[in-house]
Amino acid sequence: METIDNWLSKNTFHHGEYWDLLKLVELKEQKGLSISLCIPTLNEEKTIGKEIIIFKSELMDRYPLIDEIAVIDSGSTDQTCEIAASFGADVYLSTDILASEGFKRGKGENLWKAIYQLKGDIICYVDADIKNIHPRFATGLVGPLIHRDEVQYVKAFYDRPLAFSQGIRPSGGGRVTEILVRPLFSLFFPELTALIQPLSGEYAVRREVLESIPFPIGYGVETSHIIDVYMKYGLEAFAQTDLDQRVHRNQSTLDLGKMSFGILQSFLNRMESYGMVDRLPEMANIFRQFQAEGNRYEQVLREIIEEERPPMIEIEAYRKKFSR
Amino acid sequence: MPDWTEHDSILRSVPQYRDKLKSMKERILADAVMLGEIPAPTFGEEPIVRFLKDRFTENALDAISTDEVGNAIGLLPGRTGNRSILVAAHVDKIWESGVDHTVTVTANRLKGPGVADNAMGVTALTALPNILESLGVKLDANLIFLGASRSMGRGDLEGLRFFLNHCQHPIHTGVCLEGVQLGRLSYSSLGMIRGEISIESQVGTDWESWSLSGAIPCMNWIIQQILSIETPEVPKTSIILGSVQAGTTYSSPPDHALLRFEVRSEEPGMVARIRGRIEEFVDQINAEHQTRAGIQIIARRRPGSIGFSHPLVKGTREVMARLGIQPTVAPSISELAALLDKDIPSLTLGITTGSNKHNFNESIEIEPMYAGFAQLVAVLQLIDKGICDGND
Repeated sequence: METIDNWLSKNTFHHGEYWDLLKLVELKEQKGLSISLCIPTLNEEKTIGKEIIIFKSELMDRYPLIDEIAVIDSGSTDQTCEIAASFGADVYLSTDILASEGFKRGKGENLWKAIYQLKGDIICYVDADIKNIHPRFATGLVGPLIHRDEVQYVKAFYDRPLAFSQGIRPSGGGRVTEILVRPLFSLFFPELTALIQPLSGEYAVRREVLESIPFPIGYGVETSHIIDVYMKYGLEAFAQTDLDQRVHRNQSTLDLGKMSFGILQSFLNRMESYGMVDRLPEMANIFRQFQAEGNRYEQVLREIIEEERPPMIEIEAYRKKFSR
Repeated sequence: MPDWTEHDSILRSVPQYRDKLKSMKERILADAVMLGEIPAPTFGEEPIVRFLKDRFTENALDAISTDEVGNAIGLLPGRTGNRSILVAAHVDKIWESGVDHTVTVTANRLKGPGVADNAMGVTALTALPNILESLGVKLDANLIFLGASRSMGRGDLEGLRFFLNHCQHPIHTGVCLEGVQLGRLSYSSLGMIRGEISIESQVGTDWESWSLSGAIPCMNWIIQQILSIETPEVPKTSIILGSVQAGTTYSSPPDHALLRFEVRSEEPGMVARIRGRIEEFVDQINAEHQTRAGIQIIARRRPGSIGFSHPLVKGTREVMARLGIQPTVAPSISELAALLDKDIPSLTLGITTGSNKHNFNESIEIEPMYAGFAQLVAVLQLIDKGICDGND
């Protein structure tokens, strides 16, 4: 699909393109933008301290790229909040924000309440469970928004295996992306398959977009966002940045099942709200996956046609043979 | 001669330095985390040296460079540049590249292999320019920051020695930094050799000779002989057996064994005498048995000291006293030895407290580091004001 190839070459970046922080800060100031970093948490005491230290030191104290670092917590029972506060993050309890709207438990709740609590024109969301945290996890995402006014929503993706024997390597997202989301997008929203990791928890978005879309509070928040932003602004509003490796704890297959259930709920909800349930579009039979060569990503298209045979009893030769 | 009014005023400022430095918490810790997470085995220091040079550039140092042995060097020019003080920390760690170098941060400490030895020591090199600026301290002397490569084990201080042999600026004084322990005050270096004894021994093929053949009994004999060497308590002398390797199974005698050892002494000549005895044991076993044993010395230091009463040591003890730090006087076998070899008055200081050094759960405390950096700034100021000059 030409749109996808064109978008991949124009709107897919590598974090290395934004290494010059002085230049990024200068451009941000020229454009009068303010940026908030939001870290949603629930019991992340092992990794939160390091994230705050690195972001605060590198992107606030040394280079004033980020105007506030906020942790929005859903009621951690460990030391998450104390540690985050001790390294200078603003720590909020999700229950305390916009109390008049009540409290629902889920990551999406924290992301939604961040829009109310934080001041930035851009909000950059970063998950708290990253073991190999580095400033690129924020610079790579806000970079395209600072440079390109038409970009609204920047997603992270992770690639660059340290050792790979051949030139071309398979690329893509995690298990839920490859097994559930990519097949669904291939069927119903083929252009969205251009996003290499639609479920990654790191993304930066402009306030005008965030304030105008609904937020599922559970696992479906990323999938739902992507569909809504796509329907409203089209593929051109998206960009994605390669942040190299992300090291985090692995989830069990049972947890992935729970996640998939939540995503499927949100996906069907979006189909319903766009009136697509009782008039399904013609289903595509091209499945879209990724491969990468160096820094160039391309889609690999596979035609998968699930043809069907009738019940055997309807076949005359069969009925004759068995006298049925 | 030093100006004693200024001397007093520096000492009086030290507690305020410690308190002011708390505002730099995240900047200092971010460097310690990043330096801790970059693998830097001896002879594999390029990535950490690259990081260090980038930080030197961000700190607007002059003369940023690496040399042919892979040191990272940067210069912070002083107001007059009347002398040059070397601030050195070894960048190499005992850990191989494949080891998980992840640093974990809790409210009170940093944990991970290499955070104490020597990520925190190297952090002083990256943090010091900002620390001096935030405290409003401007020195007359040039500060030369050296991230020393090839320091540990087989590196044998090659980085620092190369720098000292080729540096174009005469070095007036040296301060070596280790991540732990705060209070460390080393002003003397022990005489030391580190060596390896390897034994190749024929393994008997018959049932009778199995139990006594192979390299292990031979190595055992050598070890027994080494342990029988009497070492005096004064001057302090010790022989350390650090590692023995031999064999892989239960039932096959190995034909090869390796012993790593170190001999240290405060007395000049003592280490050489002990080395002579060990070499005799090796010759004896070759003569009496069918073995090929050999000894290889991989590192050596000459003993040296500036003395307990040197004004630099005295001034440092005064600084520590103002901060409530209990000094631990211990001779060094690390970077200090190369500096004392060149008759450069020098010290080794620790930055913070920590535990489990050289284990996977090596950790350092956050809070004491403010005192560690305050101590460093004050000692540099004392040197700058000429505390060593009477002894030049």
